[in-house]
Amino acid sequence: MHFRSHSVLPGFGPTLGITVLYLSLIVLIPLGALVLKTSELTWTVFWSTVTDPRVLASYRLSFGAAAIAALINAVFGVIVAWVLVRYRFPGKALIDALVDLPFALPTAVAGIALTALYAPNGWLGQLLTPLGIKVAYDWKGVVVALTFIGLPFVVRTVQPILEELGKDVEEAAVSLGANRWQTITRVILPELWPAILTGFALAFARAVGEYGSVVFISGNLPMKTEITPLLIITKLEQYEYAQATAIAVVMLVVSFILLLLINLLQHWISRRRA
Amino acid sequence: MNSPVADKPHLTEPAWVRRILIGIVLGFLGLFLFLPLTVVFVEAFRAGLGVWWAAVSDPVAWHAIRLSVTVTILCVVLNGLFGLCAAWAITRFRFVGKGFLISLIDLPFAVSPVISGLIFVLLFGAQGVMGDWLSDRDIQIIFALPGILLATLFVTFPFVARELIPLMEAQGTEEEEAARVLGASGWTIFRRITLPAIRWGLLYGCILCSARALGEFGAVSVVSGHIRGQTNTLPLHIEILYNEYQFAASFACASLLSLLALLTLVAKRFVEWRMNQHQSHLKTTP
Repeated sequence: MHFRSHSVLPGFGPTLGITVLYLSLIVLIPLGALVLKTSELTWTVFWSTVTDPRVLASYRLSFGAAAIAALINAVFGVIVAWVLVRYRFPGKALIDALVDLPFALPTAVAGIALTALYAPNGWLGQLLTPLGIKVAYDWKGVVVALTFIGLPFVVRTVQPILEELGKDVEEAAVSLGANRWQTITRVILPELWPAILTGFALAFARAVGEYGSVVFISGNLPMKTEITPLLIITKLEQYEYAQATAIAVVMLVVSFILLLLINLLQHWISRRRA
Repeated sequence: MNSPVADKPHLTEPAWVRRILIGIVLGFLGLFLFLPLTVVFVEAFRAGLGVWWAAVSDPVAWHAIRLSVTVTILCVVLNGLFGLCAAWAITRFRFVGKGFLISLIDLPFAVSPVISGLIFVLLFGAQGVMGDWLSDRDIQIIFALPGILLATLFVTFPFVARELIPLMEAQGTEEEEAARVLGASGWTIFRRITLPAIRWGLLYGCILCSARALGEFGAVSVVSGHIRGQTNTLPLHIEILYNEYQFAASFACASLLSLLALLTLVAKRFVEWRMNQHQSHLKTTP
């Protein structure tokens, strides 16, 4: 078996060479440094670091808030995609374009903007504080920031599937006596599930590692509103390289498992669509 | 475009349901997208145009802008060239381990920005793997421009390649192979056939890459050292102003980046529209 099959086109060697070299320099070797640093840790040090109550509290907040935010985005993302594909109303094109704002707006800008809105003297904070609802400097603020960051994912994964979904299956369902609710829940939603799950996983993965938009609004209290990425930076600033590395490795492993799941989901979608 | 669904009442929801759903969408997006964007501009100009101008024309702010723009341009060029090479190798040839290579290119998307910075500190920092070697030779990477560039390159690594690979896969190789058989050189094939066909996709990837590079915060925050007037990018400058309670100045700089984000959205839409046109044009010409 040959490494590659024959092609008349030139340039295989140089382009693959540059690709592999650049990939190694920018991505693989630096990630390797993380593995190398981790292997310097003994198992007991590693374990005591990642099971420290403060670290566990940060994992709980980061993964918990990311899950809540991704869930909010899954529910509203499907509604947004539905409305954008199926209905016509003034300003639709503008709204469709605005959905990508979280991809384009720097996270630090999002962070200070959301804090200005939800701080006790902010536009929304003023309304919420008398009701006894505290958003900024609380775990709810973290959820708000992560919802903003993950907003486009579910919309942009569900939208193309909805656009491609033919009306004929719906026609068939109706002619067989299904009402609108049955058509949506039994015919349309099952087609959307893989895309919804992919969008959820993408939003979740992005939210778990998010830093910029969260640090302004969270208040950063250890054990309470301290996310894992911030804890890594705190450890680094205290020159606790080993601890920072250990905490990062746990996050990274979870992220890679997520990436694997996303790839499997996308594989599943493309097989269903084919 | 979609056929108007309202014409078929049995295939859409009652009017009141439609109105409620549109209302929910406007409310949700208004709360999470429109309000944060508005508050940036209101806070930026609250103290007047003079204060805004003083904040964005401050020498330290200018230095931060220049640094951010330099890093962004370098990122787009380097990751763009890489994307072209990777897409050519991956879509024009069949070889062992191709799927694995594509997964590796996607890897940075799964890494938290903070970890993206951390890995370079572990490699090049004072206590890092290469720390002693670098300090013996007086080479500074962390807390300097190379570190900021490397971290941003890592974060924006997949953007161009990810756009080009599916596009070039779909385009196929027939025209290029025909040109080759007729005696065209590799460079001529690329310049005359491949590049015109993928130019909008390439531009699209570059837009996404530059938006992310310009706004990157977490990764750069770890490697920059926050030295004012030296290693502060614009997002880091905004953070420092904010933490010093200089809110007007902080939001003034943030309004610059927000404006660029809005321009990015417009450019993105335009390129998407051109790509659709390009594709339907390809479909109609046999």
